[in-house]
Amino acid sequence: MKFRSRSYAVFAISNHVFLSLLGVLCVLPLIHVLAVSFSSRAAATANIVNFWPVGFTLDAYAKTLANEKFLKAMWIGAERTILGTVVSMAVITMASYSLSKTSLRFPGRQVYTWLFVFTMLFSGGLIPSYIVISKLHLLDTIWSLVLPGAVSVWNMILMLNFFRTIPQDLEEAALIDGAGHLRVLWSVFLPVSMPSIATLSLFTMVGHWNSWFDGVIYMSKPDGYPLASYLHSMIVSDNLSRIGVSAESIANFSNRTVKAAQIFIGALPILMVYPFLQKYFVKGIVLGSVKS
Amino acid sequence: MASYWRKTWPFHLLVLPALILCIIFQYIPLFGVVIAFQDYQPWLGIKKSAWVGLTHFHTLFQYPDSKQVIWNTLIIASFKLVINLFVPIIFALLLNEVVKTYFKRILQTLVYLPHFLSWVILGGIMIDILSTDGGIVNRLIEALGGQSIFFLGDGSWFRVTVVISDVWKEFGFSAIIFLATLVGINPALYEAAEIDGATRWQQVIHISVPLILPIVIVVATLSLGRILDAGFDQILNLYNPLVYSHGDIIDTFVYRVGLNNGQFSFGTAVGLFKSVIGFILIIVSYRLAYKLANYRIF
Repeated sequence: MKFRSRSYAVFAISNHVFLSLLGVLCVLPLIHVLAVSFSSRAAATANIVNFWPVGFTLDAYAKTLANEKFLKAMWIGAERTILGTVVSMAVITMASYSLSKTSLRFPGRQVYTWLFVFTMLFSGGLIPSYIVISKLHLLDTIWSLVLPGAVSVWNMILMLNFFRTIPQDLEEAALIDGAGHLRVLWSVFLPVSMPSIATLSLFTMVGHWNSWFDGVIYMSKPDGYPLASYLHSMIVSDNLSRIGVSAESIANFSNRTVKAAQIFIGALPILMVYPFLQKYFVKGIVLGSVKS
Repeated sequence: MASYWRKTWPFHLLVLPALILCIIFQYIPLFGVVIAFQDYQPWLGIKKSAWVGLTHFHTLFQYPDSKQVIWNTLIIASFKLVINLFVPIIFALLLNEVVKTYFKRILQTLVYLPHFLSWVILGGIMIDILSTDGGIVNRLIEALGGQSIFFLGDGSWFRVTVVISDVWKEFGFSAIIFLATLVGINPALYEAAEIDGATRWQQVIHISVPLILPIVIVVATLSLGRILDAGFDQILNLYNPLVYSHGDIIDTFVYRVGLNNGQFSFGTAVGLFKSVIGFILIIVSYRLAYKLANYRIF
C-alpha cells in the first residue's frame, strides 16, 4: 500500500516522531536509575546525573554484592522462582491433559472445570488465606510462597486450549500401542507442546521473581524474604527497623547509588529473559483473549 | 459405575494434585470468611471466638475512613479504566500506520518492557525520579521554570501519579490485543476503499475503528468487572502515611487494618464486602460482554 498524499506524508513523519518519543519514555526512567547506579556518590547527591553516569564507579555494585542479606534474599528469590515454576507447571500440565479431553471420553470434566474457574471469581481473601497457611505450619517456609499460587487457572485454560489443538490420532495411536495416559502425556503431548510450555513457564518465572507481597506477609523474619520482598522493605517502605540493620548500614542503604544498584540487580533477570519472553507472549495473549 | 472408574481413573488422578492445592488454598479460606461475623482471636481460633453478627459491617458503613476508602477506590479505578482503554487504542491505531517492520518491532520491545517489571522495582524508580529532593522529574520542571511538585506526598497529586504511572506501565501491553485485531484485518478492505478514493483518515474511521470495536467492548466490559481493584500492588509500593487519605484503597486498607493492626475480623469483613460486590460485577460484566460482543471464556 502506498499513500501519496502530502498531508499523509506529514502525518507519517510526525507519527514516527511521536511514537519514538513514546518508546523512549518507557525506558528512560530505567536508564536514569542505571546511570545513577554507576555514578559516584557525590555526583548522585549533587543531583547532576541524568542519563549518563557521572564519575563512573562500580562502588554501589560492590557494596550491594558484599551485603550478605542481599545475597541471601537473592538466593531465596531464585529458589522460589525455580521451585515454584516447576511445581506450578507440573500440576497445571497434568490437570490440563485431563481437562482437555472431550466430555464423552471424560465425563465429569465439567465439574472439575467449574471448581477451578470458580476460584477465579471468588476468593476467601487475605486474612482467611493467612490463617490457613499458618494452621498448616507453612509460615516461614518456602512452600508458603510456592504452593498457594501454584494452580493458575488462567494458565490452565491456555494450556488445555493448546492441548486441544493436538491431533487426536496421535494420542489414539499411542494408546493402541499400549501406552497409558501418563505415558501419552509424557512422550506425546509434552514434546509437541514445548513452545507453549516454555511460554507459560517464562510467565510463571517472571511472576515468581516479581512477587513480593506473599514474602512480606508469610515470612515473619526478614531473613526469609525473597529478593522482591527485601527490595520492597529496603527501598520502598520505610520500616527499615524490621530488617534490623545498624545505623551505619541505613546510611549505606539510603545512599541513592546503592538503592539504584539494588533496583537494577532486581530487574536484571527480567531484562535477561525478556527477549525470549517477547517472542512468545503476543501469541499467548491473543490466544487467551480473542476467542470469538 | 465400576467401568466408569476403570475407564477414567487416569484422568481423575492427573487432576488430583491441582484439585488438592485448589481446595486447600482456595476453598478452605472461603470458609474462613466466617470470621467476618466473629470477634476472631488467633489464640481462640474460629471455633471458640465469639459471634458478633453484622457488627463489623455496621462499623464499615459508619466509619468515616471506610467511606473515604471506597470513594478513593472508585475514583482511582474509574480513571484508570477509562485512560487504560483509550491510550492503548490510540497507540495501536498509530502503530498500525507504521509500515516499516523493524521500527515497529523496536518500538514494541520498548513499550512492553515496563509491564514485566514489578511495582517494587518501578516503585523504587518512581520514588527516586519523583522526589522533591533532586528527582529528575522535578529538576526538569524547575529547569522549565515551574515549581517542584511533591508527587508522592500530596494527596491529589498522588492520585494523578498513580493513574499516569499505571498507564505508563501498561499501555503498550494492553495494546497487543488491539494490534492483533488490526493486523488481522483483510488488506483487501483498505485497497477497495483506496480505489474508491477514500483518504487514509477515512479508512481508519470507516474500516479500522469499526473492526476493533467488538474487542474494545469486550475489554471495557471485562475491566468494569474489576472496578474495585484499583491497584493494590502499585499503591502499596508508592504510598506513605502522608497520602493515606487520598490513596488508601479497599485492598490496602484491608492489609493495613486487618493484618498490620491485627483487626482480623474487621479486615475480613471489608474484604468480604469487596468480594461480594466484585463477584456480582464480574458476573454482570461477563454477561454484558457475551451479550454485546459474544465473548466467552471457553
